[in-house]
Amino acid sequence: MKDKPIIHDINMNFDAGMVYAVVGPNGAGKSTLAGTIMGLSGYREYKGEIIFDGKKIDNLRTDERAGLGITLAWQEPARFEGLTVEKFITAGAADKTPDTTRKVLVQVGLDPDEYLGRAVDKTLSGGERKKIELASIIAMKPRLVLLDEPDSGIDVSSLENIFEAINEMKAAGQTVVLITHSMAVLKQAEYSFLMCHGTIIDQGTIDKISGYFEKKCILCTHKNQPEKYEKGKSIK
Amino acid sequence: MSGQEPIKELFSHIPVSPHALSDPDTAYMVINENKVLGHRTLPGLEVRTTQLPDGIKAEIELKPETVIAKTVHFCFGMIPEKGIQRIVLRIHIGKNSKIAVQAHCVFPNAVDIQHIMDAEIQVDDNAEYSYFERHIHGNTGGARVYPTAKINLGESARFKTEFELLKGRVGVIDIDFETTCARNSVMEMTARINGTGNDVIKIRESGNLAGEDSVGVLTSKIAVRENATAEVNNRLIATAEGARGHVDCKEIVRDSAKASAVPVVEVRHPRAHVTHEAAIGSVDSKQMETLMSRGLTENEAVELIIQGLLS
Repeated sequence: MKDKPIIHDINMNFDAGMVYAVVGPNGAGKSTLAGTIMGLSGYREYKGEIIFDGKKIDNLRTDERAGLGITLAWQEPARFEGLTVEKFITAGAADKTPDTTRKVLVQVGLDPDEYLGRAVDKTLSGGERKKIELASIIAMKPRLVLLDEPDSGIDVSSLENIFEAINEMKAAGQTVVLITHSMAVLKQAEYSFLMCHGTIIDQGTIDKISGYFEKKCILCTHKNQPEKYEKGKSIK
Repeated sequence: MSGQEPIKELFSHIPVSPHALSDPDTAYMVINENKVLGHRTLPGLEVRTTQLPDGIKAEIELKPETVIAKTVHFCFGMIPEKGIQRIVLRIHIGKNSKIAVQAHCVFPNAVDIQHIMDAEIQVDDNAEYSYFERHIHGNTGGARVYPTAKINLGESARFKTEFELLKGRVGVIDIDFETTCARNSVMEMTARINGTGNDVIKIRESGNLAGEDSVGVLTSKIAVRENATAEVNNRLIATAEGARGHVDCKEIVRDSAKASAVPVVEVRHPRAHVTHEAAIGSVDSKQMETLMSRGLTENEAVELIIQGLLS
């Protein structure tokens, strides 16, 4: 397994101000792709290149990539013992004023008076931490946002806040990449990549990809075996 | 220096305005080396001090049924670079009384300072005593701090203590506290310390949950970097029915620093319950990468994580 690549033959382009989705079953390599773009430890050994704004970023550390405007929201956000929501959000915020910190919490559907002083720790539910992580990303004003499973742990009534936030990021000219296997999330995108077994097996409009994903991938009996994928037949 | 100048200097290092001392409802005691520079008592609160060759003995008594509404401030200071300060405290909190004390231990110029505290504390039935010890040290690592305390809690009494280094290098901090709890009493002992250089941190806190339904929590949050060392030996013994306790130790280790934790829990009654949790390691990589993906450098991320742990 050591020499077996987790993702391979990837060629993707993301234009400014667009919302993309990367869909695929569990284990397809979607989170690995996000970690590789972000330059996380454990995801830095690869062949090929990642280009941002015309410049190669392969040798840049995670914080340097973030400095260019790339960021990532984890599928399962980290817990920070003792670190308050306020400090967590302002740590990477472009504008560290209290007004901005409060505003981004409201944007994700959380009451600032209730949450600012709380710690980002186990006393918060996974869904609350997810929203707080998204708030920290909105405050950062990044240029490329990788949102890994943005709906996981989020209740249905709060999903609208998340989708609104994605639309606002798009309106601000930010590029959003949604890593998902949820149809509801996929439908927020304008263009989609279908990933299976570590590679992109198709791409196109949401209708095209979602139709195939819904009918074939969700019911797939040979998950992550793209050699059985009927390339060119079902999708096109 | 006039009498007021050392007070001003000591208070210039701590997050409390010296004007707080002019509030007639705030009790305080300011000690520099082996001299009491000033103090105020309140009805029901008695303080008797005796000068020792190298420190002060203070007998503090809160009469029964007395509630002190505002936090009492003690300042134990050593302005010189070198010297020994021995503080002998005999504290008696009477039945149904309540008091909270903030002790500011200020050694801003320490090159070779020893601060030795020997405390005996009796908290009578249904009384409440909170003691928050905040240290301000210089940056040379020249302070050596040896606080020892024996605390005895009466029935339904509550005792809470927190030890925190707010500023400067640890030097040596060697804490040795022991609390014995009677029926229904509650004790919480917490230490938060950040060591660097060749700092040495030793914590021995023990709790004897001897009374029925007594509760005890021992918490240590330590970060050590460079060549600092930390040893945490916390112990909870539950011998009575319904006694409950928890020992929690978290230590972050960076560079060549070393940390150890030996939580000891003993349960000698089938209806007592004590748990422990110890985690020692480097900074969690997911926490660090989350912050780095917001643009913080590795060092900034570590600082923020440690700040959170010690907050």
